[in-house]
Amino acid sequence: MPEPLLEVRDLKVHFPTEDGLVKAVDGVSFTLQPGETLGVVGESGSGKSVTFLTVMGLVTTDQAVIEGEVLFRGQDLLKLPKDEMRNIRGSKISMIFQDPMTSLHPFYKVGYQIAEAIRTHQQVSKHEAHDQAVEMLRKVGIPKPEERASQYPHEFSGGMRQRAMIGMALSLNPDMLVADEPTTALDVTVQAQILDLIDRLKAEFNASVVVITHDLGVVAEHCDDIQVMYAGKIVEFGNRRDIYYGPHHPYTWGLLGSISRLDSTSKERLQPIKGLPPSLIFVPPGCAFHPRCPYAFDRCRTDVPELLPVDGHHASACHLSLADKERIFQEEVMVRR
Amino acid sequence: MGRYIVRRLLWVVFVLFVITLITFLIFFVMPPTDPAINFAGRQPTTELVAEVRHQFGLDKPLVVQIGLFYKRIFFGDEYGWPGMGFSFVTRSALKPIILGRLSVTMQLALGAAMMWVLLGIPTGILSALRPRSIFDRLAMGFALIGVSAPVFFLGPLFLYLFWYKLRLAPGSGYYSIGQYGLGTWASHFIMPWIVLALLYAAFYARMTRANLIETMGQDYIRTARAKGLPERRVVFKHGLRASLTPVVTMFGLDLGALLGGAFITETVFNLPGIGAYAIKSVASGDLYAILDVTIIAGFFITFANLVVDVVYAFLDPRVRYS
Amino acid sequence: MSVEATQRAAAPLWETREPLVRLRGVKKYFPITRGIIFQKRVGNVHAVDGVDLDVFPGETVGLVGETGCGKSTLARVTMRLYDATDGTIEFEGEDITNLSGRALRERRRHMQMIFQDPFASLNPRKTVGSIIGAPYRLHGTVPRNRVKPEVQHLMELVGLNPEHYNRYPHEFSGGQRQRIGVARSLALHPKLIVCDEPVSALDVSIQAQILNLLEDLQEEFNLTYLFIAHDLSVVKHVSDRVAVMYLGKIVEMAPGDTLYKNPKHPYTGALLSAVPIPDPDLAEHKRRIILEGDVPSPIDPPSGCRFHPRCPNAQLPRCKDEEPVLRPFHPGQIAACHYPLEDRAVIDTGSS
Repeated sequence: MPEPLLEVRDLKVHFPTEDGLVKAVDGVSFTLQPGETLGVVGESGSGKSVTFLTVMGLVTTDQAVIEGEVLFRGQDLLKLPKDEMRNIRGSKISMIFQDPMTSLHPFYKVGYQIAEAIRTHQQVSKHEAHDQAVEMLRKVGIPKPEERASQYPHEFSGGMRQRAMIGMALSLNPDMLVADEPTTALDVTVQAQILDLIDRLKAEFNASVVVITHDLGVVAEHCDDIQVMYAGKIVEFGNRRDIYYGPHHPYTWGLLGSISRLDSTSKERLQPIKGLPPSLIFVPPGCAFHPRCPYAFDRCRTDVPELLPVDGHHASACHLSLADKERIFQEEVMVRR
Repeated sequence: MGRYIVRRLLWVVFVLFVITLITFLIFFVMPPTDPAINFAGRQPTTELVAEVRHQFGLDKPLVVQIGLFYKRIFFGDEYGWPGMGFSFVTRSALKPIILGRLSVTMQLALGAAMMWVLLGIPTGILSALRPRSIFDRLAMGFALIGVSAPVFFLGPLFLYLFWYKLRLAPGSGYYSIGQYGLGTWASHFIMPWIVLALLYAAFYARMTRANLIETMGQDYIRTARAKGLPERRVVFKHGLRASLTPVVTMFGLDLGALLGGAFITETVFNLPGIGAYAIKSVASGDLYAILDVTIIAGFFITFANLVVDVVYAFLDPRVRYS
Repeated sequence: MSVEATQRAAAPLWETREPLVRLRGVKKYFPITRGIIFQKRVGNVHAVDGVDLDVFPGETVGLVGETGCGKSTLARVTMRLYDATDGTIEFEGEDITNLSGRALRERRRHMQMIFQDPFASLNPRKTVGSIIGAPYRLHGTVPRNRVKPEVQHLMELVGLNPEHYNRYPHEFSGGQRQRIGVARSLALHPKLIVCDEPVSALDVSIQAQILNLLEDLQEEFNLTYLFIAHDLSVVKHVSDRVAVMYLGKIVEMAPGDTLYKNPKHPYTGALLSAVPIPDPDLAEHKRRIILEGDVPSPIDPPSGCRFHPRCPNAQLPRCKDEEPVLRPFHPGQIAACHYPLEDRAVIDTGSS
């Protein structure tokens, strides 16, 4: 097995606030291989965004208590001095965000903003950087890129802005691209275009991609491996067939049961997860999901379940025995589908 | 952008016309007593009143009066351009007096403006970058005092402390640079500048701090950091650029209003500016002088608004397309 | 084919009943002005450009489409929150297009709206009890001393704790706030509830709770829903019939299953293929129709069929010159297209 591009070991990110310690990320470990697409699924408060903001160095020890290791090509990013981290950020690891409307600076031209990224990491002239920026706009499918480069963000449509953001993120040929809810704010046909673009460019630029989203459909169609997060921890990890056809965690079952599917016959009732997402300050003891879990038993209230392998690299963090999980899945979850 | 400017210019012309008209109405039409008597000063004699009436054409029909009024203001009268008329109280043309007064106010206002910008904005920036630090708390504490302490309190306090007791600063009064040289001129302006600037600096520090804190929380700042930009660039090129726009516009408006007369400061420090002149004219019943000051103040504010709008459009490209 | 016949073709199950809402030729244009001194109208945003729609009592009609399609505007015109530029709106057989003042307020009791943003649609300075009880005060339907018990009853109905009567919106989660919005809309026992993206801003597991709640309430109170969303999966799930809108017009309308199995309009096909399916195997069998470019602006819609510049099926000159009209296909299905898609589901597993 080749060396992983990114290896996160027991990452913890706790924010001290007036109301208490917010345990946004509470012991997360995973790896990302070169050339793979990882999907990170969770609802709000799951810690999926904070994990990668910390990997990027956008959440620092100034704001939070951070423990654990983040090994990028073997180097622990958490121990790097800020200047060196800055060199990596934007050039080796890039991130694009959810809302393209507000993610670009409204006062500067789009071409300028891309060129700025280029010139930060490469010693090139303004002219050259501008040319490269125009080329990136072309690569992401924006027509008339020379004209567009001289325009301001508010003159672009939402889809075009997201393309520009992707162009900006890939302009320095990073090894890893993190896309945080890249399509949530977009129309569905534009979503399809953007996800398609990311897939295409991933191959062209030979990058690994992390897609952070709450949309289980997006992850099913575009990701190789998927990790499901809840209350700051990974509750299940596996490839997409594992997660969709053989999930081993009540939260995953709950998520899959909550979503409407185009191919289901219309009037089947959804199976929501009861209750509300937990507070990250007063996280329930033991398994954080136990108050909402229909299969919780005594041990769930006291012991935090570890992420244990099911088979291959499919792993789940649940106290239910393998046999029980199989049984419940076959008898209850599958029947409902 | 061009169309935007043209539209604003036309609007300014319209506003100037309206200001002039309203001023005319206030001074010539609305008073219950004969305006000729009002303009004749404190002790109007019949001959004086007749002279006034003749000079201002108050015997002519209203429309003609208005026309003449506009002509005087925009094209000048027998005393020069712009037409500031004649004071029946001092028996002299108003233009040289007012221009002289205006010059003093400008020296006061521009000097104070430089000070409050150099003092207030950097303080606000530093506070915003280190919120809740000792510097921030101290700075905002001072700002609170600055905002609360009015000029008529701070002014005499400063005079008492620094001039009377400590003998550090010279007393009040205006000493023109031409006559008395740079040193004397400046030393007499230092205290009025500081006193006036403190109030505005406090406002600007608070406003800059609030704007910058809000801006630094925006998504595009996160993007800038994600690109790997050095923090200094993130703060200044991305953060400050966006948050200073309202501060710049505020500055234009404040300066415009101040040029219309900082009368408290001028009175406390005995500076012959246009604000003090306005008060003096009210006391002496010099109506035409008051009229002049009213129009000047109105015009300054209108132009300040125009400049501010254009600068805003220049700074924020989104505005140009409305 | 006449408009009436077309509408009947789209609703065979309800053939013998009168619609609760009847829209005919509804248009809503927003003027664009330009000018240095005097602003003159130089064009219009054709937000809704000629819509005929029947909504029958007790059913859920889904309106789906992307930005600029006009679905939200259409909903607001139906509720008379906007005045229609043209066309008629009938509610319970009565023409309400030009009603105003007291008469309109009377009719408004029967139609209510749930909004998208549970954070923005509740007044943060009012208590929950006050928000839900506001309709009672405005319409005087319930005496003062009965307001609180009625409101608490509503709170229970939607799954809120009635003891939270005096709390403020910020003390609730997003899903709970949406429940408050639902309770508020139920207060006057309306006949029609327009749901404008009611779950888009919520987490997935909470979405399901709210959708189930809406379903239960519909059954209990015999409500009629006009359900607007951009998420086709959600719309299909809740709706009896789905109308697909593009640039201010309805391009296809059919029961959800028919739409999914046999879309006729290429735009519907593109929408269906764009929706991500949470099933990797099925996703691989998806017939991909990826559209070029962005959704065009409703200021200057293309001539003829509005979809022709992006349509993979378009054939000139007909699609550019002639605007297609809605005509029937499968039972309950109408679509406006000169060269409709062949009978084939978007997800073609080979079995049907």
